[in-house]
Amino acid sequence: MTATFLLLALFLCSTTGGEIAMTYGMKSTGEPERLRPKQVLQFLGRAVCNGWFWVGIPLMAFSFYALLVLLSWQPISFVIPASALSNVVGTLGAKYILKEEVNTARWAGVVLVCIGVALVSLDSIPLR
Amino acid sequence: MVLAMVVCANAGDLLLKRGMTDIGAVEVSGSGLAHAFRLTVTNPTIWLAILFLLGFMICYMTVLSWADYSYVMPAGAFGYAILTFLAVIFLHESVSPRRWIGVIMICIGVMLVGQTKPRTTEAVAPQKVTA
Repeated sequence: MTATFLLLALFLCSTTGGEIAMTYGMKSTGEPERLRPKQVLQFLGRAVCNGWFWVGIPLMAFSFYALLVLLSWQPISFVIPASALSNVVGTLGAKYILKEEVNTARWAGVVLVCIGVALVSLDSIPLR
Repeated sequence: MVLAMVVCANAGDLLLKRGMTDIGAVEVSGSGLAHAFRLTVTNPTIWLAILFLLGFMICYMTVLSWADYSYVMPAGAFGYAILTFLAVIFLHESVSPRRWIGVIMICIGVMLVGQTKPRTTEAVAPQKVTA
């Protein structure tokens, strides 16, 4: 169980770190002019040339593989509620690293989503 | 774009779980991880999951170029609510009160986040990093 919690902590850190690097990269790339395939492809071309994209990808790849291992070790009813904690860790990262304005309403929404995901996922555990 | 992101992410996750269940528990050792890696890259369900997750990634990158991370992230959970409604409407499944409470909390949470300003940061000047 110690290995599971250690891997879960690594999963949460790599998920948040990867997504924060990705967000920073996408913001510095700039949004596509229009949501048409050509403009989106041009945007993707610019995005993959951004250094932050290549910081985010290995972290997200690690997070992805950690999730695969967690899913093979534990039931989805444990893994998904536990991974929902990434909403809280991610919001902390968005506030303190990306300097996003996280007001009370946004915090309340994030916490509700987190508990909601846990309740929905726990539904598959049989009651004794 | 956010809806496409949610659909792709959930389809990808479900297929991933199915693929990993086929593979079985992964042994944490050099040979165990190498064996699991070989099984993973030769499993068609895992590849289909990766295709959906690639679609999710494109939508996600596009949305993040404009909106806050803390605004986009909670929307991902909306997939649970959509899956529950689809199960009730099309599969006539019975849903427990606990699951309904979870779905309602997710919907209220997403609505609360949705009412906030989508972008609270200024544009970031392009920077080079040493990766």
